[in-house]
Amino acid sequence: MAQIPMEHGLLLAGILFVLGLTGVLVRRNIIFLLMSIEIMLNAAGLAFVVAGARWGEAGGQIMFLFILAITAAEVAVGLALVLAMFKKVKTLDTNVLNQLKG
Amino acid sequence: MLNTLWLVPTFPLIGFLLLALAGGTFTRKAIAVITLTAMGLSLVCSLLVTVSFLHSGQTEFTQVLWTWMDVRGFDPAIGLHLDALSVIFMLVVTFVGFLIHLYSTEFMTEDPGYARFFAYMNLFVMSMLLLVLADNLVFLYLGWEGVGLCSYLLIGFWYQDSANGHAAQKAFIVTRVGDAAMAIGLFLLFTHFGTLHIQEILQLAPKRWETGSTAAITAALMLMIGAFGKSAQLPLQTWLPDAMAGPTPVSALIHAATMVTAGVYLIARTHVLFELAPSIQLVVAIVGAITLLVAGCSALVQRDIKRVLAYSTISQIGYMFLALGVGAWSAAVFHFMTHAFFKALLFLSAGAVIMAMSHEHDMFKMGGLYKKLPITFWTFLIGSASLAALPLVTAGFYSKDAILWNALILDSGSGWLWLAGILGAFITAVYSSRMVIVTFFGEQKKEIHQYPGLRIQTPLVILAVFSVIAGFLDMPHSLGGFAPFSGFLHTALPHAEERGSVGLEVLMQLIAAAVTFGGIYLAYVAYYKKPDMPQALMTYPLLNNVRNFWFHGWRFDDLYNAIFIQPFVCAARWNKQDAFDAIPQWITWVNYGLYWTLRQTQTGNIRWYASGVAVGAIILIALVVLL
Repeated sequence: MAQIPMEHGLLLAGILFVLGLTGVLVRRNIIFLLMSIEIMLNAAGLAFVVAGARWGEAGGQIMFLFILAITAAEVAVGLALVLAMFKKVKTLDTNVLNQLKG
Repeated sequence: MLNTLWLVPTFPLIGFLLLALAGGTFTRKAIAVITLTAMGLSLVCSLLVTVSFLHSGQTEFTQVLWTWMDVRGFDPAIGLHLDALSVIFMLVVTFVGFLIHLYSTEFMTEDPGYARFFAYMNLFVMSMLLLVLADNLVFLYLGWEGVGLCSYLLIGFWYQDSANGHAAQKAFIVTRVGDAAMAIGLFLLFTHFGTLHIQEILQLAPKRWETGSTAAITAALMLMIGAFGKSAQLPLQTWLPDAMAGPTPVSALIHAATMVTAGVYLIARTHVLFELAPSIQLVVAIVGAITLLVAGCSALVQRDIKRVLAYSTISQIGYMFLALGVGAWSAAVFHFMTHAFFKALLFLSAGAVIMAMSHEHDMFKMGGLYKKLPITFWTFLIGSASLAALPLVTAGFYSKDAILWNALILDSGSGWLWLAGILGAFITAVYSSRMVIVTFFGEQKKEIHQYPGLRIQTPLVILAVFSVIAGFLDMPHSLGGFAPFSGFLHTALPHAEERGSVGLEVLMQLIAAAVTFGGIYLAYVAYYKKPDMPQALMTYPLLNNVRNFWFHGWRFDDLYNAIFIQPFVCAARWNKQDAFDAIPQWITWVNYGLYWTLRQTQTGNIRWYASGVAVGAIILIALVVLL
């Protein structure tokens, strides 16, 4: 199996991260927001895996497992909040939730 | 027995504490018993102390209880000093105080603030005793301020009426002017002598200060202003007529018999300082003379019986200051004593009349009471006769005569001061006869509402007796010269050398007697024989204006309103925002600006916050990468 150069892996991770960030910044639907965060987390995980492969360390893959666990927890809490939000305001638009402005 | 001196002010203090802390739990009867016991024991103690003081043959006695505070050699003590001067003041305060308390237990019967009233009264008596017994000026100042406080509390005793509150504040603030000057005087004395112990100062002053030196004049001036404030002399006299807003026994005790003479006591007590400043002493005499005339004229035209007595008090204290100013120390103290008796008597009788007339103060609405209230009438008559200095039979004659005689013949006296005094005696005779005639003669205009009882009449009779016999304690040379009173006082105060002949003295007494009878006759004609005459005179615009001018106390209130109060109120209104607040205000403005700026970032929009995080992260990474 041919080695994939580290730069390619990191570039992919960077592109994924920027895509996720762009999603967070431009989407108003809270479901899409959560999905974009998921992409960003996975981009970070990919960067760990690539770096672990580059130096032959298991730490990168262990860190990815942690990130998976955190992501699962985050999705559980996040979806519960989405349900609560929908019950309260009957919409998924995050711009409605600006009552805490200064 | 001299060691029981400390008990004299302690009993009223105990009475005050009991009534102030637990007054609400006692019945009216118990309150009366407590307050009378406290005052009675105090009176008995002061009598015992006096007797043993006279027996011991000492001229002074000091009892130091403990050191009040000790700050680098400044160590005023809680110490009591007894000499002839303080003995007389102590006796008068406890004796007149006891009688007025007895009177008040009936007079105030229906008042809801019964316990509060007697708590204040006991506190007042205690403060007054501290004032006259203190052996250092700091302790004296404590008593001085204590009586001022009680005066304030008791003038405003019926606080539901805001006018009484204003009168109380006026009394407190006007006397504060004098008190501030007196405090400065104490600072001056302390910087010069390093002590405020009265006897030490009196001994050191002649050694360190020359007669007429600036320091002596300044110190005497400051003490003099303090005395003027407390004793309601020009120009600080405006508070006393308004102080009549308090209950009548208060006027009798505080604003006639005792507190207002504190200034007389202060000057007599520090007489050495005044002798070192002859110019200030002359000012004291002149102000006394002017005050007695000004206040006497105002007393002539008042309608409110208590205001007549208030102005007459100012006028009589003017006599005392005149005596102090010419150096007739014992005459001043003698007049203080007789005045305490007859003025307390007059106020208490007036109180009985006011009560009988269901709180009517206007004399011209009374009239014809001499048959209905015989005891009150006779005691009031005796008091007025004493005030008018009816020759030979009244105490007022002997004390006033001593003042007039001394004003004429002493070195520091002069014919002008004597003339002012004799003119004042004429005015006094007119207004006191007018008061008696208008109140008790003529037709009765109002029904009797309530007759005075035993506890009101007993003090009246006792005081009436003393208003007559007190005068025989100090007879002039022309009448035998039996003068144990001034003999006793001269153990504490310097003896004024008298140079006049007996013949001249008799002549002067005849003039004084003629003036008194002239005044009484004038009042008799104007208010009894031809009661329409005063009204007829008022049709002349000039006389009417003069009458209004006098009626309003020579318009001093308007003058002070124009030159002190209005500018102050104006400045306060103009400076409502308080210019000095602007200095720390900038802190508020900077904080407000920061708050306003940062508030703009809190949009409540989640994507805005996310982009904030992203931009922040990019900046941090850029810093790490670039630097």
